[in-house]
Amino acid sequence: MTTAASVYAQGLVKKFGELRAVDGIDLEVRQGEIFGVLGPNGAGKTTMLKMLATLLPIDAGQARVFGVDVAREPHRVRQLLGVTGQYASVDEDLTATENLWLFGRLQGLRSADARAIANQLLAQFGLEEAANKPISQFSGGMRRRLDLAASLITKPPLIFLDEPTTGLDPRTRGQMWDTIRGLVADGCTILLTTQYLDEADQLADRIAVIDHGRKVAEGTPDELKTSVGNSTLQLELAPGADHDLAQQVVWRVVGREPVLTPESGRMNVPLETADAAGDVLIGLRRAGVPIGAVSVAKPTLDEVFLTLTGHDTGDADEQGEAARDESYLEVR
Amino acid sequence: MSTATTADASQGIRVRTSVVDPATAVARARPHVSIGETVSQTFSMAWRALKKMRRNPEQFFDVTLQPLLFTAMFAYIFGGAISGKVSSYLPLLIPGIVAQTVLTTCMSTGVQLREDMEKGVFDRFKALPIARIAPLAGPMMADLVRYLIAASLTFVMGVIIGYRPGGGALGVLGAIVLAIFTGWSIAWIFTFIGTLARNARSVQGISMLILFPLTFLSNAFVPVSTLPRALADFVKVNPVSHLVSASRDLANLGVISGEVGWTVLAGLVVIAIFAPLSVYSYKRHI
Repeated sequence: MTTAASVYAQGLVKKFGELRAVDGIDLEVRQGEIFGVLGPNGAGKTTMLKMLATLLPIDAGQARVFGVDVAREPHRVRQLLGVTGQYASVDEDLTATENLWLFGRLQGLRSADARAIANQLLAQFGLEEAANKPISQFSGGMRRRLDLAASLITKPPLIFLDEPTTGLDPRTRGQMWDTIRGLVADGCTILLTTQYLDEADQLADRIAVIDHGRKVAEGTPDELKTSVGNSTLQLELAPGADHDLAQQVVWRVVGREPVLTPESGRMNVPLETADAAGDVLIGLRRAGVPIGAVSVAKPTLDEVFLTLTGHDTGDADEQGEAARDESYLEVR
Repeated sequence: MSTATTADASQGIRVRTSVVDPATAVARARPHVSIGETVSQTFSMAWRALKKMRRNPEQFFDVTLQPLLFTAMFAYIFGGAISGKVSSYLPLLIPGIVAQTVLTTCMSTGVQLREDMEKGVFDRFKALPIARIAPLAGPMMADLVRYLIAASLTFVMGVIIGYRPGGGALGVLGAIVLAIFTGWSIAWIFTFIGTLARNARSVQGISMLILFPLTFLSNAFVPVSTLPRALADFVKVNPVSHLVSASRDLANLGVISGEVGWTVLAGLVVIAIFAPLSVYSYKRHI
């Protein structure tokens, strides 16, 4: 049993009417790792997570959590994982202590034990001062922390985090990252979804990129980034410049095709190192291609997407709205 | 459990919690919820609902104002016309109002469940390894308080305007207990609607549609002998009529009549049908 993957999924499918929100995803999360699921809004990340967490029925394919079948034994699976959703799933009408006490009681703790664990978790998450305040007075970061604390009451070996830092300010986000790393250091396995490449980069041991309900890439953060280059030279050619010539120069200098962006006259050149930017610019000067503007940036999620899927994240977003609306209806 | 914490704003929050070994956790995970666990989880959910009630006292408006207002209103408006004078109408009316207020209270059980289900915390309830019936039955247990308030206040108001129950305190107590039981069982119908409907407003709408005919096409406010034949036939089989008759027998005569038996039976039938339906519908909508 110890060798069973934390999460194993094969050919996972979820349909909302005509839309295949999750369209045949395979997944294997090893024990003790942080596995990141990266994708734009509506790519199917949350739907997939909900299926694995027994919150949505699986339309096709199969999933196992530590070897336990999700569809056949949902009650056992629920005892093995903690879920922290995109929106804080704590009770607004109760205080922080009362929330944790209730969740502890519901999971079979005696009243005194539930209270002790509640206090301990509040202290660990720096929420003691707010322990008896109504949740409505909590900041976004405090809610997320309380939400995560609520998932840890029974110390489950697997934790699902659905966009744990969306909407948090950079400092609070950094704190959340540290907390997540701490959990893994203590033996947890974490499956997290995110729309931020840097978050996946900072946290995840391995990443799966999801788009339109399909897995388009999987690998370590380094593998993914080198697939689009470590940095990107963003070039804007001056009006009237010869685009074909510019592309040839880029190909000669860095050995890669530049990625043309939707705005005319702009191209992104993936680079192994930022240094190579100078070589490209010198090459263009020698070939007589005039340049309007230049910048060097780390690859963004948009670029990973552009490279992996041939469309940018905004495209998937529209369909995503539809998908979310559908899933909203489904919950009714 | 070994636990150490360093809370430092600049470094973020480090949480140290020893985690259960996966193999142990899998071995320990039980396939089903036991009856004992279900009961305990239901009580925890009832605790939550009571806390919410205490923090939102406006929820008590319907169970306090309605009995007071309706008792006085109906007594003085219909009393003379139906029974000659108010005091002789009261033995007929008070058990009717008890039934009516308890039924209205049932409706808010469904409406509030629907409102509650839209909140984020229900996502967590669904993800927890708990009995699926607990989030439904818990608030209903807490609602027993509301039925108690509604039924008692109606009798109190009745006594204030001149009602003298012939069944004595024990008879009245019996009528209250019966009303609470019936209210609780009928609430499962509205809980079922709560799990089906799109939003709280539609629960309200559908519930009204069921509730109005049930309460007014009964013997709650008028003697059945005054009704046209077809209507009288319906009124006689309406479970609300049985509740009203049973309450009258208890409160006015101090007699546990056959009507009590029919009312309890109807309540049990409703629970047997609608409790499983509600759980099924709640599960399906997850």
